[in-house]
This record gives sequence, C-alpha cells and structure tokens, in this order.
Amino acid sequence: MSDDATIETDVIIIGAGPIGLFAVFELGLLDLKCHLVDILDRPGGQCAELYPEKPIYDIPGIPIVTGQELVDRLLEQIRAFHPHFHFSEMVQSLTKLPDGRWQITTDADTTITAHAVVIAAGGGSFVPKRPPIPGIENYEGKSVFYAVRKMEQFRGGNILIAGGGDSALDWTLNLAPIAKKLTLVHHRDGFRASQHSVNQMRELVNEGKIDFHVASVKALHGEDGVLDGVTLSGADKTEWHHETDALLPFFGLTMKLGPIANFGLNLHENLVPVDTEKFESTTPGIFAIGDINTYPGKLKLILSGFHEAALMSQAAFRIARPGEKLRFQYTTSSSSLQKKLGVN
Amino acid sequence: MKIIATDRKGKIHEIDGNDGWTVMEALRDAGLPIAAECGGACACATCHVYVDGEWFEKLPKQRAEETDMLDMAVAAESNSRLSCQITCTPTLDGLKVTLAPE
Ligand SMILES: Cc1cc2nc3c(=O)[nH]c(=O)nc-3n(C[C@H](O)[C@H](O)[C@H](O)COP(=O)(O)OP(=O)(O)OC[C@H]3O[C@@H](n4cnc5c(N)ncnc54)[C@H](O)[C@@H]3O)c2cc1C
Ligand code: FES
Repeated sequence: MSDDATIETDVIIIGAGPIGLFAVFELGLLDLKCHLVDILDRPGGQCAELYPEKPIYDIPGIPIVTGQELVDRLLEQIRAFHPHFHFSEMVQSLTKLPDGRWQITTDADTTITAHAVVIAAGGGSFVPKRPPIPGIENYEGKSVFYAVRKMEQFRGGNILIAGGGDSALDWTLNLAPIAKKLTLVHHRDGFRASQHSVNQMRELVNEGKIDFHVASVKALHGEDGVLDGVTLSGADKTEWHHETDALLPFFGLTMKLGPIANFGLNLHENLVPVDTEKFESTTPGIFAIGDINTYPGKLKLILSGFHEAALMSQAAFRIARPGEKLRFQYTTSSSSLQKKLGVN
Repeated sequence: MKIIATDRKGKIHEIDGNDGWTVMEALRDAGLPIAAECGGACACATCHVYVDGEWFEKLPKQRAEETDMLDMAVAAESNSRLSCQITCTPTLDGLKVTLAPE
C-alpha cells in the first residue's frame, strides 16, 4: 500500500464499545484526534449487540439507561470531536514504524498511523458463531458462509440455511427468488424472527418454492472445501443425506479475542495486563482500557472503563505531544474546553 | 443442592449449587468452561446445556424469552436449556446437565 493511502491521526482506538467511545471524549478534550475501528457495523459493543433494550442502573448520575440509550448519549457527547469510524472492519495487525509511531491494518486494507494505540476491545471481536460440525473450518469461505456479501454469488445455487433468527429468515426470503433450490433447517418449528418474516417464509413453503425441515446439520460432505451434501438429523434423530452446494449458518455472534492475540503483546488469560496510572500495556504507546484489560482489583464495569479512559488520555497526550504542557481543567469552568465541546 | 455436570470432554463433575443462584453461576463458580457472555441476561445462548433424561421434565417451564434465545444456540436439541435461566432449588438436588459444544 502506498503512503498516501495511509490515514494519519493522533490515536487509534480498537473497538467502538462504550469505553472506546468515551475515550474519544477524554482524548478530544486534550485535542487528540481519533480513528476507531470495529468489526461490528455500528457503535456500542456489548451494549448495542447484547442488551440494547435492557436497563443499566449503575452509571453515575444516570439512575436508569438502556444499553442503546447509553450508546446514543455517548455518541452525542463525543460528536464535537468528529471521531472517524471504520465499521465492519477487523484490525488484523499492529506494527511499530521506524519513526516510533504505530500502524494498524484492517481486513479491508485500511492502514492507519498514529502516535498511540488504545485497545478497547472488550470481550474480543464479535464474530459469527460456528456450529460444532466436524471439519466445518475447511469449508468456510468456499461453501460455508456466515454472512452474505454478494447475493449474486448464490444465483442458481442449491442453498441450505440453518437457524431461526432474523438473519436466517431474512436471507431465506432474499435468496429464495434467485436460488435454484433453497432449504431452511431449524431445531424447532418456531422462530425467534419477526412474525412477518415467518409468515412470508411459511407462504413460500406452502407454494412449494422452498423447503423447511425441523432438523440440524450433523456432517458435511465434499472435497477441498467444496460442499456437495450434508447429513441432516431430524427431531426424532433419523438422519438423511441432503444435497447442497452452500451452507449458511446464522446463529448470531460470539466474542473471540481474534487477531489481538498476534500483536505481540503481553497477555494474561486473553486480557492485557496494564498499570493503573496510565493503563498502558507492557509495550509503551499501546494502552488497554475497558473489559480487555486486567490489573489488581479490576472490575468489568462501564464506570471503571470511563475512569481508565481519562487517565490513559493524559499518558497518550505526553506521547503524542512531547514537550507540551498538560493543563488540568474542568469542563465547567474552562472556556477553552467549552469551545472544543462547541457549547460556548 | 448438587449438580452433576458433564464437561465437553465427558468428565463428570459434582458441584454445589447455592439456592437462589442460577445453574450457569454454579457451573462458572466451579470453574467449568461456560462462556455465559451476557452474564445471565438471556441474551447470548453461550450458557447452553443439555439436561439429562427425566430431569428435563422436572424443570420449571422455560419462558418465551429463553425459547427464543435458544434459536441462537449452535447445537440445540430437544433437551436444550439455557443454564442462566434455571434457578438452583432443593427440589433440583442431583440435577444432571451436559455442557453443549462451543
Ligand atoms: C447483558 C449485560 C449486561 C451488562 N450490564 C452492565 C451494567 O449494568 N453495568 C456495567 O457497568 N456493565 C454492564 N455490563 C458490562 C459492560 O457492557 C461492559 O463492561 C462494557 O461493554 C465494556 O465496554 P468495552 O468498550 O470495554 O468493550 P465492548 O463493549 O466489548 O466493545 C468492544 C468492541 O471491540 C470490538 N473489537 C474487538 N477486537 C476487535 C478487532 N480486532 N477489530 C475490530 N473490532 C474489535 C468488538 O467487536 C466490540 O464491539 C453488562 C454486560 C452485559 C453483556
Ligand atoms: S448467559 Fe447469556 S443467555 Fe445465559
């Protein structure tokens, strides 16, 4: 990749969960600009993905707020700092440049250079759940897909979709018109998906356009990652062979540490040990805040992560602006902070 | 109460379930590898267990929320439950569960 394609900024934040978002605020007060990368297609991490509608009661000063409301408020709070988001991208690598700065690359070939990197990766990156079918990894990307990037790829195919949530049903409805044959399997004759999609799916089944079986996939058959059939097992445990050339399992997301494991950082049980003054890892310039870090007494709470973000920012400033003086100020009384916040 | 839990390697563990705790919490407290990513909020299905034999019938019925969330479990069977939705009570003494694959 040529140099001019590289984005330059002050701080890279890996993970746009609540703590990564609040870090934008604390860094912003110190005039540090941020780029955030998240594999999810939207901000909020666990709050948005796992409990958008559930209440949180222990955010200081906000007696009750739902996961999504907290994310929305954080976004409002950091808007003045114009953070740059790179969604649906996985940070793949972290390297130190000869000039002392850090560079990350993503699976979408985005390259970003910065003075400091903040790992706010929470419980790890959200990735699709993989059904425990022996050898499934050999088929992934060739015949087994956890997401549909190009629908055309499935035109004329003999497709098998597994799952009972909204993604399973939405893709059943979207791919049915272009597939040669489409079969949906689910472990029960009931669905978590929206009633409207379920009704539409049942209509297609009645019209004979698609098949639905109460069954699960037990084995994959094929060669060199190319599927030609699967073994299905029904509710009564009878097994049968089903011909197919693509399997799309949709069972939602799970958190996996992912590429961070290969960044060359010191890890302890998949967490990044940090000090409690700067929340810096044992690699200078690489910070870790929120659920991903560990230190004596650590609590995986949002409020702890907010505190960590504030202290980390002071240390990141010293790296990004060597020789400049840090002035301690309150947002209540500092007109320069208020100007940055756009409230004055 | 006691819970008889079979891990993914087939090893059997007899663990304590404090009354009022969930089975997920008991499994986690005993150090068994149960992800329980959402901490018991019925929002992740990574606390999935199979309930052995007649115990399945003896458990209090699942709520609609649990039935729905089980749709996100990767290897659901007819005796699947989310262990965060089962509360330990003296009547469940001897409950037999098997950790579902990850
Ligand atoms: C059901 C539930 C209820 C909770 N209730 C409370 C509560 O009441 N109070 C409280 O304080 N806390 C609560 N928590 C915990 C709280 O949600 C977490 O502490 C918080 O989300 C941690 O924020 P984070 O930003 O550190 O990480 P996360 O929210 O986990 O976000 C990390 C983000 O980083 C991304 N990521 C990781 N690695 C990569 C990579 N390599 N490339 C790209 N992206 C990556 C992930 O996709 C994710 O979006 C609850 C959690 C759950 C699940
Ligand atoms: S712990 Fe998440 S559903 Fe039980």
